[in-house]
Amino acid sequence: MIAALLVMIGLSVLLGAVLGYAAIRFKVEGNPLAEKIDAVLPQTQCGQCGFPGCKPYAEAIAKGEADINKCPPGGEEGIRKLADLLGVDFKPFGEDAAPKGKAVAFIDEQTCIGCTLCIQACPVDAIVGAAKQMHTIIATECTGCELCVAPCPVDCISMHAIPEDVGNWKWPHPVIAIQVAA
Amino acid sequence: MRPIHAFHGGVHPPTHKDESTRTPIVQAAMPGKLVIPLSQHMGTRARPMVQVGEHVLKGQKIGKPEGRMSSAVHASTSGTIAAIDMQPVTHPSCLPDLCITLIPDGKDEWKEHHGMDVENLPHAELRHLLRKAGVVGMGGAVFPSDLKADAHRYRVRTLILNGAECEPYITCDDMLMRERAADILRGAELLRELLQAEEVLIGIEDNKPQAIAAMRQAVQDGGRGRMEVMVVPTLYPSGGAKQLIRLLTGIEVPHGVRSTAMGVQCFNVATAWSVWRALAHGEPLISRIVTVTGNVEHPQNFEVLIGTPLDELVAQAGAKPDTDRYIMGGPMMGVELPSFAAGITKAANCIIASSPALFPPPLPALPCIRCTRCAEVCPQDLQPQDLYWFAKSSNFNKAQEFNLADCIECGACAYVCPSHIPLVQYYRYAKSEIHERAQDKQAADLARERHEFHQLRLERDKQEKAEKLAQKEREAAAKAVASAAPVNPQAATDDTQQIRIDAAIARATAQAAAAQPQNTTQLTPGQQAEITEIEARRAKIRELAAGAGAEDEPHKQ
Repeated sequence: MIAALLVMIGLSVLLGAVLGYAAIRFKVEGNPLAEKIDAVLPQTQCGQCGFPGCKPYAEAIAKGEADINKCPPGGEEGIRKLADLLGVDFKPFGEDAAPKGKAVAFIDEQTCIGCTLCIQACPVDAIVGAAKQMHTIIATECTGCELCVAPCPVDCISMHAIPEDVGNWKWPHPVIAIQVAA
Repeated sequence: MRPIHAFHGGVHPPTHKDESTRTPIVQAAMPGKLVIPLSQHMGTRARPMVQVGEHVLKGQKIGKPEGRMSSAVHASTSGTIAAIDMQPVTHPSCLPDLCITLIPDGKDEWKEHHGMDVENLPHAELRHLLRKAGVVGMGGAVFPSDLKADAHRYRVRTLILNGAECEPYITCDDMLMRERAADILRGAELLRELLQAEEVLIGIEDNKPQAIAAMRQAVQDGGRGRMEVMVVPTLYPSGGAKQLIRLLTGIEVPHGVRSTAMGVQCFNVATAWSVWRALAHGEPLISRIVTVTGNVEHPQNFEVLIGTPLDELVAQAGAKPDTDRYIMGGPMMGVELPSFAAGITKAANCIIASSPALFPPPLPALPCIRCTRCAEVCPQDLQPQDLYWFAKSSNFNKAQEFNLADCIECGACAYVCPSHIPLVQYYRYAKSEIHERAQDKQAADLARERHEFHQLRLERDKQEKAEKLAQKEREAAAKAVASAAPVNPQAATDDTQQIRIDAAIARATAQAAAAQPQNTTQLTPGQQAEITEIEARRAKIRELAAGAGAEDEPHKQ
């Protein structure tokens, strides 16, 4: 009886020590789930989800504080990927968020007064310019987040949808003609 | 004789090659205008380097290669640049692309050009010349040849010259081999030298006996011991690069590996010919052999200037009135062209005029019955019935797992499908979706990196600012302790605000004390004397005034 108790106590102490050691030795820094979610998000850093960037939104999803249907730039495809990753059901966009096509910001250089407010707003440093100098967008780096549009005091920034051309054209899903049975 | 190996699958579509091989290659008539696309190669579009209205000579460079994977574009004849704008191109999307429109002046006047000393020039120089001459793969992939002829990463043992031309209707390589075999071999020798390859194997399908004979004769006449013409059985798609490599060498290029890593490089015969013209004659790639066949009166091969509008070319072969569309390439892999006005590109090996009678509209697709006939004929040994299923349901991860990327879109599966399912269209759809996702992923990664750096920068700026402020405060505190402490000893040393105020007061007092009237320095002795005199007078007046004031006081009382 005593021997059995001692064996059990001894075992629990030993295993507890092993587990405790493992928890310290193999500790994972950060939240791996948030990182996985962040990898799926489109990284426009637009804040349309209500969080200041993609990473905060990913962290909120990981904690269960945010829905997966708050990312308009990701589109329905993005929601589907998040649903797959998290093992939850697909959820369509709410009324407040709708998917958007890809776009790129454009500065009307005739109107620009060189106030640098858009440069400060750009989350990916895709605007070049200096105080009282003309500003311009680096189109290849622009994520189309629209964050630069609101701060502009002279409304010289507009969003241009990226037109389809030979370079970005995609083969369509085949359309099969259905014959009406006579 | 080396043994001929075999690849998996393959089909035997009717070849229809006899129609267009009855007459020799004909020089196509000079068109009224040339529409020369700036993106005729794989990679970045060339940048236009001429102005509208400028007169250009034949062979003059009008498009500059941009970036590593790019190629030059040249004026196909002498004339005037009429426009540089978006024009319909030979692309299945119906979308326009940047083209240079050239109105020929009829003189066909060459710019000054001369052959190079190909024996003695360094290889890097030869490759650069190929790039400048706009030489790209003429088999259809239009990959810049200067990049392909570079073997610094791998040791290439075997150079394969692709003259299989397995696709029905197309005969341009056949005719080129019949008529210009010696120059093809000269080009092949240059490519072999560039690649430092040991041998050249020329693969030709056995339905081209005249081309085989001509090439064998040229090998013999040229005394080219390292070259061998190998006859492969007619089986579509033996002209696919991986299939021909398998046929001639027995090497199976694994998934995701380049053939150069296996010691084999493959060039089209027409590319070899263009390489010879470019290096030995200094002639850039401004024309190519095009088979015009199908629903025309006189199917034949033309030597066509790049940029010749399709309708003008097809008219020379006598298009029949019921022609309703053109196909660029063969019936198996070719694309339907939306515009008859588009210009011939370096990729255009064959134009088939099509009519409802020649190529009837496809029968309605029926459900897949999983008969796996497609898997039996797939030359890449894939499972087309599964790929179809995944592509149809947009299950791209699964499609990638089943090696969709290895599909060469040869169309053998769709050819044998008893349910008439347009399989290749599904694969093309899935491939372009996968490609787009990969690009989005790349863009997202770049944006993430830039955003993280942006935040790091903001954080760093903030920290630097705070540090500077703290430094200043420390300095001020030290000063205040040194100077203000005797004046105000009761100020607590830890009360920095008070210290700063005291320091400021002390500074201001010191400044006021130090301040002197500026106009009294550096005076002449005369001025100094005058000032002393005035000062003495003033003192006297003050004295008098003080005395008077004292006297006045009692009166005031």
